[in-house]
Amino acid sequence: MNAIDKNVKAAEGERSRYSAGVMEYRKMGYWQPDYEPKDTDVIACFRVTPQDGVDPIEASAAVAGESSTATWTVVWTDRLTACEKYRAKCYRVDPVPNSPNSYFAFIAYDLDLFEPGSIANLSASIIGNVFGFKPLKALRLEDMRLPVAYVKTFQGPATGIVVERERLDKFGRPLLGATVKPKLGLSGRNYGRVVYEALKGGLDFTKDDENINSQPFMHWRERFLYCMEAVKRAEAATGEIKGTYLNVTAATMEDMYERAEFAKQLGSTIVMIDLVIGYTAIQSMAKWARKNDMILHLHRAGHSTYTRQKTHGVSFRVIAKWMRLAGVDHIHAGTVVGKLEGDPNTTRGYYDICREDVNPQNLEHGIFFDQQWASLNKLMPVASGGIHAGQMHQLLDLLGEDVVLQFGGGTIGHPMGIAAGATANRVALEAMIFARNSGRDTLAEGQQILEDAAKSCTPLKQALDTWKDITFNYASTDTPDFVPTATVSA
Amino acid sequence: MRLTQGCFSFLPDLTDDQIRTQVQYCIDKGWAVNIEFTDDPHPRNTYWEMWDLPMFDISDAAAVMLELDACRKAYGDRHYIRISGFDSSHGWESVRISFLVGRPKEEPGFRVARQEVDGRNIRYTVESYATMKPEGQRYEA
Repeated sequence: MNAIDKNVKAAEGERSRYSAGVMEYRKMGYWQPDYEPKDTDVIACFRVTPQDGVDPIEASAAVAGESSTATWTVVWTDRLTACEKYRAKCYRVDPVPNSPNSYFAFIAYDLDLFEPGSIANLSASIIGNVFGFKPLKALRLEDMRLPVAYVKTFQGPATGIVVERERLDKFGRPLLGATVKPKLGLSGRNYGRVVYEALKGGLDFTKDDENINSQPFMHWRERFLYCMEAVKRAEAATGEIKGTYLNVTAATMEDMYERAEFAKQLGSTIVMIDLVIGYTAIQSMAKWARKNDMILHLHRAGHSTYTRQKTHGVSFRVIAKWMRLAGVDHIHAGTVVGKLEGDPNTTRGYYDICREDVNPQNLEHGIFFDQQWASLNKLMPVASGGIHAGQMHQLLDLLGEDVVLQFGGGTIGHPMGIAAGATANRVALEAMIFARNSGRDTLAEGQQILEDAAKSCTPLKQALDTWKDITFNYASTDTPDFVPTATVSA
Repeated sequence: MRLTQGCFSFLPDLTDDQIRTQVQYCIDKGWAVNIEFTDDPHPRNTYWEMWDLPMFDISDAAAVMLELDACRKAYGDRHYIRISGFDSSHGWESVRISFLVGRPKEEPGFRVARQEVDGRNIRYTVESYATMKPEGQRYEA
């Protein structure tokens, strides 16, 4: 550990800590290689890329300083505080494997630095000024360990996976959804038609897209009214609970509350928000959702602007952790096989963060820390974007059972229409679950299982014929960097 | 109409051999297996009648199949029957799987009642046509 720290100098002859002027961050107490993080500390792992010539330890200590108490020069007013407690402590810096001049810096923060139950406060410290700090070329927040003492100050998912399933009366299989397409331009009346056909055909949910709010072609009340007519008609046609994620994203909290209240009044089981509304608005909506027995869907609109590149930004695994604390019930977390970014191991890490009560450290999946969730509700991951019925065996194998599979194009683009597309997906799913539970190797026999199911389901046969060759094989940009641990030989 | 509650309602009705595979899956997972029946299939009707207590400590699906046969003799063709697997482990403590294993010969379905209120507002209620008759007489020929 810390083999790169070749810059340690003898303390003698150095000036005192509080004499006025500029001092290296590492000498101001932000680099403490002997520090043992406390169980109650918040810990962050950053990927630090220093400017040429900047010592990595100094750069990492600067990150600790700038994300906690420091400013660019010594201030005597530190001495009016218990400053050693409040200083974040960088206690470890490791070179990133196979990545010259970038380093994983581990920084511990005392719990007293954070307001209980506030993502806004947490993020203002951890990803505040520090990301623009000049001596760094780039900086990425890779992961965080959130102590139980802090986790317990958050509400967590308003509904959670178990209660969502109980409310919907749907167990034992992934839920099925579709985003209404085209995402822009449909009138309320036409939009509701898509919802009705998809739900009647066998989907559990339909979804507004992230940028469907209230535009000239369809104001929000029209959409809500026609969608709920469609939902209730589909419930009557099937005897199942159905839902449509009515997007209540709007310019102000007042507008969002008004839209959410209207959705509730019409009998909707679920509403939706976009990540771009901000952490505080998300927490407000999560509180509203719990108070009003509403499932809260989050579309991660905008996240790729800062999650996708390895060198700079915030990893999505951190956003997933924050969103579980903030209290949403659904979060888009990648598909692996679909059209959007998603390395299998990294995506697995996100799903574990959403669904498990304990996440043990797993560098292969990008999880840097043991994380205890302390019985906080589970968050349902949503897989959406370029997936279709022909991939059902892969989806089930990669993503498991507690997930919403959203086939937008894969439902609405079906040659025989939307209801047929929905039926194809539902039959494929049920056949795959049945086969898995019966002990078959669904990954190896997946194609055969689907073809057999298609014998008594023409829409599935047509879906398989239409999309059989569609894959999105591109290299992922966001993959974990780690050194595989050598197996200890017996 | 065809009620599509449960995990396998979009597949052809399960044969007894097929039901056995799913019951054995529940048993192998350590879940309790429950048989329930109802003549009120409204999706918000959570509490179907239990056919005796959930079976907690069984090792073989045959025991469940015997009970299912007895339930069918008493209520088959006039009621919906479902089997569910219940997982008591911490953090779940709820149903893990649920699927229909019997349905009435005729399924009259549901109506949507619309109460038109202020402005364009509508209050929706979904009602089963069958439950307009008294309990016990809902699916008789």
